[in-house]
Amino acid sequence: MTIIKTSLGNIVLATVVLAEASQLVASGGAGPVYVARDAQEQQRIVKYLSKITEGVVHDLENGVLIIVHH
Amino acid sequence: MKTYFFSIVLTTSLGGILRLLILRSDYRQYPTYPHGYISHLSLGFIAAALGAVALPALLAEEFVAVTFLAMAAQQFREIRNTERETLASLDTNELVPRGQHYIEGIARDFEARNFLIIASTLVLSALDLALLRGYGLLFRVTGLVAATLLIYFIIRNIAKDKRLEHLADIRQGEVHFEGPNVFVDDIHFMNLGLEEAREEYLNRALGLVLVPKTIDAAATLANIGQRQAIVHICAKLLGIYKDVDTPEFTPLVRRQIKSGKLGLLIIPATRDPQALIAAVKRVPVLEGSVSKPSKSHAGRERDDYQD
Repeated sequence: MTIIKTSLGNIVLATVVLAEASQLVASGGAGPVYVARDAQEQQRIVKYLSKITEGVVHDLENGVLIIVHH
Repeated sequence: MKTYFFSIVLTTSLGGILRLLILRSDYRQYPTYPHGYISHLSLGFIAAALGAVALPALLAEEFVAVTFLAMAAQQFREIRNTERETLASLDTNELVPRGQHYIEGIARDFEARNFLIIASTLVLSALDLALLRGYGLLFRVTGLVAATLLIYFIIRNIAKDKRLEHLADIRQGEVHFEGPNVFVDDIHFMNLGLEEAREEYLNRALGLVLVPKTIDAAATLANIGQRQAIVHICAKLLGIYKDVDTPEFTPLVRRQIKSGKLGLLIIPATRDPQALIAAVKRVPVLEGSVSKPSKSHAGRERDDYQD
């Protein structure tokens, strides 16, 4: 029996931050935190990570991107 | 029983043909493979035989036979379970699943159709034994065939699903971004962090807005199973631009909580808004998702209730 997932109560698999925003992420919680040198590298890392983890990238609009499995 | 033999054979065959006719009209809803077709047809014939035997058994005072009929009818309940299990296990391999709700609807349909066949052959055999038995063979066959066709049209009209176009006004909406957030008109869908995904959405995605016509329609469309059925059918009919490693391209139906209207966001394989609207219009309204607050006193007291 399959259950349709409807909730957003999902897991953060990884967090990718820009170097200047790295102090915005406190330690703890699920998944590693990757620090990117610039926006281009950040996009590249989230692209790879999202493909690998089959997760979706979300933008917190403060230089922090998270990857969540829905 | 020999006196009834011809009647039983005739009504059974007609019942079987009736099952075939209904199965054909159902082809779109459940694209069944040849083997599914065969198994439903054979069950249909068994159902037809049950209906055809019932009356002669009673007339011949074979009451034990009637008891067996009741037991056999019980078996048809199994069809629902079988269908549900099959579809549910297939569903795990769909890029855009049908959803439990849609599956339940299909399973219920298949069960009900066999009971319909039993009832129809019962009517046919009653007609044959009560009215037509005295007449010649040709008249009898013609009469029963005519009755079968009549029943077929009645069933088709009764079993006709309501479709989404009856519940909602459907129009195209504009897909746009505010920062990382994707919208169709003013309905928010999700936050997308990947720039490439945002570009794909801007270049390829289609958005629809479904405005419910009544408070009943709004309540029905809010159902999550109903919404899953919409995205499944759209993905099936228009093709889908998605694979397992791109979950961000999963088509979504979101509800604007203020107004109750729905938005559909999808990246189809072919970007044809008219085809998408046509597909959504013909999505069946699932029996289990229908709710009718307007049938209650409280519902009619609501400010948004319109006659």
